Amino acid sequence: MSSASPSSPVDFSSVPDPQGHFGPYGGTFVPETLVSALQQLESEYRKAQSDPNFAREFQSYLHDFVGRPSRLYFARRLTEKLGTAKIYLKREDLNHTGAHKINNCIGQGLLTLRMGKKRIIAETGAGQHGVATATVAALFGLKCDVYMGAEDVRRQSLNVFRMKLMGANVIEVHSGLKTLKDALNEAMRDWMGSVRDTHYIIGSVAGPHPFPQMVRDFQSCIGEETRRQCLEVENRLPDVVIACVGGGSNAAGIFYPFINDSAVKLIGVEAGGRGSALGQHAATLSLGRPGVLHGMLSYVLQDEDGQTADVHSVSAGLDYPGVGPEHSLWKDAGRVNYCSITDAEALEAFEFLARCEGILPALESAHAIAQLIKLSPSLSRDQVVVVNLSGRGDKDCQEVARLIGASK
Amino acid sequence: MVMSAGTTPRQSIADAFAQLKQRGRIGLMPFIPAGFPDLQTTQALLPALQRGGASAIEIGIPFSDPVADGPVIQEAFNVALSHKLKLDQIFQTIATTRPAVSIPLIAMVSYSIVYRYGVDRFVKTAHQAGFDGLIVPDLPPPEAQKVCDQIRSAGLDTILLVAPTTPPQRRREIASLCSGFVYYLSVTGITGERTTLPADLAQNLDQLRTLTDRPIAVGFGISQPQHIAQLAGHADAAIVGSGIVRQISHLTDPNPTTIAAAIEQYCKFLLS
Repeated sequence: MSSASPSSPVDFSSVPDPQGHFGPYGGTFVPETLVSALQQLESEYRKAQSDPNFAREFQSYLHDFVGRPSRLYFARRLTEKLGTAKIYLKREDLNHTGAHKINNCIGQGLLTLRMGKKRIIAETGAGQHGVATATVAALFGLKCDVYMGAEDVRRQSLNVFRMKLMGANVIEVHSGLKTLKDALNEAMRDWMGSVRDTHYIIGSVAGPHPFPQMVRDFQSCIGEETRRQCLEVENRLPDVVIACVGGGSNAAGIFYPFINDSAVKLIGVEAGGRGSALGQHAATLSLGRPGVLHGMLSYVLQDEDGQTADVHSVSAGLDYPGVGPEHSLWKDAGRVNYCSITDAEALEAFEFLARCEGILPALESAHAIAQLIKLSPSLSRDQVVVVNLSGRGDKDCQEVARLIGASK
Repeated sequence: MVMSAGTTPRQSIADAFAQLKQRGRIGLMPFIPAGFPDLQTTQALLPALQRGGASAIEIGIPFSDPVADGPVIQEAFNVALSHKLKLDQIFQTIATTRPAVSIPLIAMVSYSIVYRYGVDRFVKTAHQAGFDGLIVPDLPPPEAQKVCDQIRSAGLDTILLVAPTTPPQRRREIASLCSGFVYYLSVTGITGERTTLPADLAQNLDQLRTLTDRPIAVGFGISQPQHIAQLAGHADAAIVGSGIVRQISHLTDPNPTTIAAAIEQYCKFLLS
């Protein structure tokens, strides 16, 4: 089976189908042991969707605990420096815990309570999803184990400490390249044995149905607010929206509410790492092809036998060989343009934003900033661009210091 | 029945279970990872497992991300893949060794691999190499439905998993997709040895029996002769994976013949 491409135009707002298919992508490819838990989760999620109490509760936590709506900040100096379009930053970095990940964790945390489960587990790369999960566990009084690759434990040590402070148990994973994919494998293995009393909070729009849909929905507050805020201040929709893509949750969250606004150009930025050879990057949509990984059919980075390829990115949160199935659909349909930014470009953008605006972006979000810088000569002064600043860079300072030298 | 190059006629999966039924005993179905520690060993192991009393052999296709497997099988897959093992080499080895074994060979393979290779190409090549059936552990229904048709049209049997967490109506649905046998997971968890089997296992198996007339094989956590003896009368075959892989890992002499002889003895021990 080669590249799957939808033959007829897709109505982007009617996916997924009841089995979790986004056109040819998505689905449920997991051992039978997990199927009943996924069905339970799906049915609980459907009930919650039609329950005004759930919506109220979710909104109140987003407002009072997370601090939403997050600001749409006009980046004046950045706009002047680049000298073309008007640039706004969607400040997900200002959320409680420092990234967009908390939005989804609040939603899934509430579902965990509804299912009567007492324990949550999670995988984490950069540690932002781990921190958000640990936070929600403390907030709701749940037991929490977070799986994290040993390499990420090293480069994101601040987040490891934060998780521990909130009472979570961080389990170091030593298999594979000791990064995000390996952490996800180990969390899945835990869930295989603990599925009756444990909920697995997947942190991205990835994995088996209903995760890609559910996480997208919980993250859509980003795009809904952006849309409203932009209409308020600019009296129009943005011309371009840019977001980084690892698994794809912050991008799905900001893109989805614009998906039917065909005039709004959507750009997803992947990790270009050190080069385009397999093993040197994590640009799954740009350089991969359809395959199956972690319960879903989507673009993946694999060898010709279907073995998952090694990936590399300076950013632990983008260092993943798969991507959410809805992004694969958007790519094939040409609705979103996906491109990639190298480690060096991301590091440059990290420093640039720090000096220019007094904002330290997460290395993940720095990829989106780098794409903005690259794109700006082709933009005009009457255009409005929104960049999703998905997280703050405090967690990356140690690693950036190591990479560029602390002498700065 | 297809005649093999040797004197024994090649058995289908149905033949193997019919023979067990006729003899009134539970079968042993060992699991070995292909190419562990190398393909010469795989080649030597297949006839040795048959001599050891196996009724069928499950051959695991090494995968980089086996989420249903515990540390023992993960490590074996890593060793195999670290030697740059390719799918076509596995098919070649099976094809070469096939005439030396008459019992059914079943491939256990992640859908990640099958999909990338191409479903039709995979099932055709597997059948030509001499496999009799396919277990795709990460392909449950409804996704499994279409692929099961493709597997069967290539002349291979379908074997799907039923878990302790599977509700009864779904068990019936899964069993109806199985043409070879139903693979019942003894535990809610990953592969690996356990000292004891779950207390309600026999009861669960008896219940499953009322939902299907397909043969039932039990896997995950089985590694002792008493486990297999306990299952007699409740299941048609017992699958032993991690126990065998650990035996192979512990052998200090990596000579394929030595490994094969030791594993033959281990199979006899399991059936004792």
